[in-house]
Amino acid sequence: MLTILFDGIAYGMLLFVLACGLAVTLGLMNFVNLAHGAFAMAGGYCTVILVNRWGIPFLAALPLAFLSTAILGLAFERTLYIHVYRKSHLDQVLFTIGLVFMSVAAVDYVMGSSQVFVQLPSWLEGQINVLGVGIGRYRLLIIIICGLLTLLLQFILARSRFGSRLRAAVDDQRVARGLGINVGGVFALTFAFGSGLAGLGGALGAEILGLDPIFPLKYMIYFLIVVTVGGTSSITGPFLASLLLGVGDVAGKYYMPTLGAFVIYTIMILVLIWRPQGLFARGGAR
Amino acid sequence: MSQQPPGEEIARRLVARASWQPLEVLFWAAALASIYVLPGRHLILTEIAILGLFALSLDLILGYAGIVSLGQAAFFGFGAYAAGLLAKYDLVTEPLLALIVSGVAAALVGFVTSFLVLRGSDLTRIMVTLGVALVLREIANRYAWLTGGADGLQGVEIKPLFGLYRFDMFGHTAFCYALGVLIVLFLLARRIVHSPFGLSLQSIKGNPVRAAAVGIPVNGRLVAIYTIAAGYAGVAGALLTQTTAFTSLSVLDFERSADLLLVLIIGGTGYLYGGLIGAILFKLMQDYLAALTPQYWPFWIGLLLVAIVLIGRERIMSWTKPIRALARRLDWRRSTTAVAVEGQRP
Repeated sequence: MLTILFDGIAYGMLLFVLACGLAVTLGLMNFVNLAHGAFAMAGGYCTVILVNRWGIPFLAALPLAFLSTAILGLAFERTLYIHVYRKSHLDQVLFTIGLVFMSVAAVDYVMGSSQVFVQLPSWLEGQINVLGVGIGRYRLLIIIICGLLTLLLQFILARSRFGSRLRAAVDDQRVARGLGINVGGVFALTFAFGSGLAGLGGALGAEILGLDPIFPLKYMIYFLIVVTVGGTSSITGPFLASLLLGVGDVAGKYYMPTLGAFVIYTIMILVLIWRPQGLFARGGAR
Repeated sequence: MSQQPPGEEIARRLVARASWQPLEVLFWAAALASIYVLPGRHLILTEIAILGLFALSLDLILGYAGIVSLGQAAFFGFGAYAAGLLAKYDLVTEPLLALIVSGVAAALVGFVTSFLVLRGSDLTRIMVTLGVALVLREIANRYAWLTGGADGLQGVEIKPLFGLYRFDMFGHTAFCYALGVLIVLFLLARRIVHSPFGLSLQSIKGNPVRAAAVGIPVNGRLVAIYTIAAGYAGVAGALLTQTTAFTSLSVLDFERSADLLLVLIIGGTGYLYGGLIGAILFKLMQDYLAALTPQYWPFWIGLLLVAIVLIGRERIMSWTKPIRALARRLDWRRSTTAVAVEGQRP
């Protein structure tokens, strides 16, 4: 029971790190980025190459995965995405689906279609027993890293100058622009950071979620659930939504294996009908 | 000069817009001629007709009512499984009757889920339609005793059409059947979009708030067109099952909905022929590219989508400008009726 809860929390934290970049993109630019999972996949494959082929230690590969995905995200944002912000939602959906398809086929071509695993160091394998509860070491590591990241994110958003600019831009883009905030620049940085986080999530999650070329398609709906259920106006909303989704999904698969993912989708639809702006949205947000 | 009330003038224009253009006649004449001219290509032509019908269903809600849907495959798949199950368990053996039953069943699903797309923004609609498709796919996957699960629905045997025409392996019967269904449903769709009902949909697409202000029941109209479109998609899915005597989970895939958007975008939205032209181009392209690199075919779809958006849909559609100009010049009736009306004026 507690083990399931623990696994669920680890899973949820992972989802949060994967999806929080998307929450900002959607909230700030009102941009529907279905290709967010492609960046996560990029981070995952980056780690696989670094660790398995070049023999770089796993912990050292994580920041590298973050950095390379962030740079990749920045490059895409500046060259391609920037042209699509002002277009309709339909165009954005078409564009990002196109990117997803391209990434799926390209990874299939380069890395092959089978599932790949990261070779974990031996000290991360197995379980430790705390008060009779079996805790996977790797999952513990995920919770620690993701927890620290969440605190860091919260700190950046709430305390730093960049964070206040970002919040201003999310709340009202036009006024923020009028105050002399470089919304485009803020957004490019945020996009890069969000992609980097997705890449880090992909790197961490390769072991738990499984990494193969259809990763962006498989988990696209999960990211979207986190964002739509959590709302885009704060970081706590997506965080709570991720934890709910993580625990719910793990528990659902354990207790009601016949229903499977069905429960999650149904809950999402119901939440969207009930509160289209998300469960934790503030009143008056767009 | 203009003494007649403005209503008559508007009505005359609308009738002129709804009249048959020579190019339309040419299009359908070519489609019918393909039965005799291209007997060796009937298999792919059947696929094109089915995809065209499916795209038509999306055009009805996207091009005319402005609902962005990423889950049209839900109804396609539902129709496909309905037709498969009806045939497998000998519930309705006559194909055309089974087709109608499947279409109505899919329309019912569309009616029930239509209330979900009424609320919220584009994003909510995208999510909800996507979610509905995923839920249906999950159901089809879980209830393997009924649907065959991941192996697909085996043992579907389609009886002869009207008890007379057997579905042959070259697809001659299948193509005539699919084309006939497509033509009938196209005529119906054409009638719908040119009716006052269709015009009210276009005004809802333009501005829902103003449409409501002039007295159009926005929600009711959206429910109606969503239901109709779901029925169309269901018929398309049922056609696929009946012409191939097989169905699998792939009919409910997300890729199917995404490809469908591409098909409609290639052809252009909001004039009914977009889906059909898009289906022809898409299938020919698929045939060619898949022969080159079958596994990496999605890459080219993706590249095409990205390119279309970056170049701009309007700019891409401008290649049809000379054709539309030609259509206007060919349209002798409109000019003659205009002169006739001019002459009748006192």
